[in-house]
Amino acid sequence: MSEVAIKATDLTKRFGDFTAVDHVSFEVNKGQIFGLLGPNGAGKSTAIRMLSTLSIPTEGSATVAGFDVQKEDGKVREHIGLVSEKMIMYDELTARENLTLFGKLYDIPRDALNKRIGKLLGFVRMEQWADHRIDTFSTGMKQRINVIRALVNQPEILFLDEPTLGLDPQSTAEIRELVRMINIEDRTTIILTTHMMTEADMLCDKIGIMDHGKIVALDTSAGLKRSISGNDTTLFEFEIANLDARILSSVKALASVSSVVQDDPTHIKVSSVGNDSFDTLVDVLRKNGAKIRTVKNLEPTLEDVFLHITGHEVRDEVAKAPTPAHRDGPPGMRPKKRVR
Amino acid sequence: MGVRRVLRHSAWICWKDLLEFSRSKLRVAMLIIMPLFMMMMVGFIFPTGDSISQQPVALANQDLTVNGTSLGDGFVVQLEAVNDQTGMMELRDATGFDDIKTMIQEGKVSGGIIVPPTFTADLLAGRQGNITIMTDQSNPQMSSMMQSVLTQVIEQLGTQLAEHNLNATYDISLEEAPAVLQPYNVELKGIVPGDPNYFEFVAPGIMAMVVMMSLMTGLPHAISYEKDMGTLDGMLASPTSRWAIILGKVMAQTTRGLIQGFIILLLSVLLFGVVIHGSILLVVLLILLTVFSFVGLGILITSFADKEETATMVMMTLMFPMMFLSGVFFPVQQMPSFMQTLASFLPLTYAAEAMRKVMVLGAGPGAIMTDVVVLAVFGIVLLVIAVPLFKRAMNR
Repeated sequence: MSEVAIKATDLTKRFGDFTAVDHVSFEVNKGQIFGLLGPNGAGKSTAIRMLSTLSIPTEGSATVAGFDVQKEDGKVREHIGLVSEKMIMYDELTARENLTLFGKLYDIPRDALNKRIGKLLGFVRMEQWADHRIDTFSTGMKQRINVIRALVNQPEILFLDEPTLGLDPQSTAEIRELVRMINIEDRTTIILTTHMMTEADMLCDKIGIMDHGKIVALDTSAGLKRSISGNDTTLFEFEIANLDARILSSVKALASVSSVVQDDPTHIKVSSVGNDSFDTLVDVLRKNGAKIRTVKNLEPTLEDVFLHITGHEVRDEVAKAPTPAHRDGPPGMRPKKRVR
Repeated sequence: MGVRRVLRHSAWICWKDLLEFSRSKLRVAMLIIMPLFMMMMVGFIFPTGDSISQQPVALANQDLTVNGTSLGDGFVVQLEAVNDQTGMMELRDATGFDDIKTMIQEGKVSGGIIVPPTFTADLLAGRQGNITIMTDQSNPQMSSMMQSVLTQVIEQLGTQLAEHNLNATYDISLEEAPAVLQPYNVELKGIVPGDPNYFEFVAPGIMAMVVMMSLMTGLPHAISYEKDMGTLDGMLASPTSRWAIILGKVMAQTTRGLIQGFIILLLSVLLFGVVIHGSILLVVLLILLTVFSFVGLGILITSFADKEETATMVMMTLMFPMMFLSGVFFPVQQMPSFMQTLASFLPLTYAAEAMRKVMVLGAGPGAIMTDVVVLAVFGIVLLVIAVPLFKRAMNR
């Protein structure tokens, strides 16, 4: 499991003054599911576009399946499959016609292609829909075909850009199951972007948290959680009746406290280091006249990790995101050229 | 990447585009109806010599009899007899100039004829009999047409009268009379058989134009649409060459253009009496050359316009002047000289001209060499400009 499938070194993409991806470096081993987690506009899609040769990096380099994305883009393309945010399918063609077109672009001979298409349709239990037009399908069915379309060439590496975006809960579960199966059956390396913490948590062997174009944390899900709670670190939630700025800053000033996040007018989440950190916290709170109503020792989620690393919530960014089109890049900074 | 591989991929992309297109019955119907409408529109919208029929014309006979004879009445009878044969006019009675003026102003008639009071007297006294013609000056085209038609009719009547007078007075037989009256006769001889026909003028131009339109609108639209939909990414992330994508699209658009071109050809021959005098093969080759000359322009627009909407706007801005300046509907020679200069920079001018020469005049390859060379140069120059820009646009 130590063979490297993808290696990104200082990958950077600038559109005018706006830096969409800022010196991103990571490695993904063969057979791994790697998740790029972050809010909309964090640069996840742009990173995927550079790795799948659709966008030329402004700086830095990357190898995919052992080939340089800039110098050997043709070779890279032979070894990858892409499921992007927008479905890559022609609505007025049937599922089989769509799969055939893409198979032909990979020069798969007729017989082998027919076999492959049959197998893939069986894989997602869509055989009986093979000769129906895509526009007659439900969103979940469309996405299943869209995913197997990216598999016609038996790619070593599959890129999935927000594969469950806009799907209903049942389809979401189906697609997640499908992703896992693809990974297990063919040992396909998968790079997945998502803004859903649970999705990354469920699927990914390794997670890179992206915010404002940078990877701010890179570890396994467990490792990331350990960074705010576990071993030496503990995550507490205090409910304080008379919470105010003075109390908050007194907590922040503590050397043992690694991060503080205020959830609502009375709740704060504090991540602190050291064996006697709880005592220290309570001492400071009491000294400042805080009325502590409840205290909880929290089992951290990736959400908490994100919150504690970036200091802001994922949802905030989603709410601020300009359009549901999920173009990377905040609205004001949107460059004149296409963000691609 | 091998050329054969590019061609194979482009054939598949072309297959996909045409298959997609054929899935909508409305689109397929429009493909056929559009050229039909176009032909009907341009064929019937302009007045032609034989399109005058049953035009309301006022007639005022103010002639006064001289000793019981009224030559004015005779003129009116003759005029009515001629009109019964041709059916060009619908004669209405009027009293005089002011009456006809009112009728024209009210739009009741498009012209008028006045036989003045002194008509008989003048003729009997050996002077020319005046006939006054009035036309609707707010409609210059109709006015000049009425003028020429009425002048012709009246001259014809005059000649008939003169022939009778010669026969009666000088005993010159009716067969010889025309030679005495008009020793020179004009005979019109076309270099191909048949009468000139506006459809023959306009059909070749429209064929060239439809091919141009399908490339100029179709190509940028097809590519920017796929860009917007995100499907282009699927092709770009596959090992297929960028050229296979653009070539496949060009092939699909050309097929559509050719189908429409042939529908126009078929309609012109079957419904509008156009006779093709040249070789069909040469026509097809010319259409393909026209495609080549516009591909570069299509790619250029595609490279510049990142969104489908932008592409459509750029294309519209370029297309309209091309349509009207390139001599598709009006002969370039009739335009003011600066417009003619402008027209000489538009490839469609040469395409329409060459098509017309081949189809209407039966010209061979030698006669259209200049046009062919100009079209080829246009195509090459535009491609040389478009290729690097397109490459850059695809790799953003």
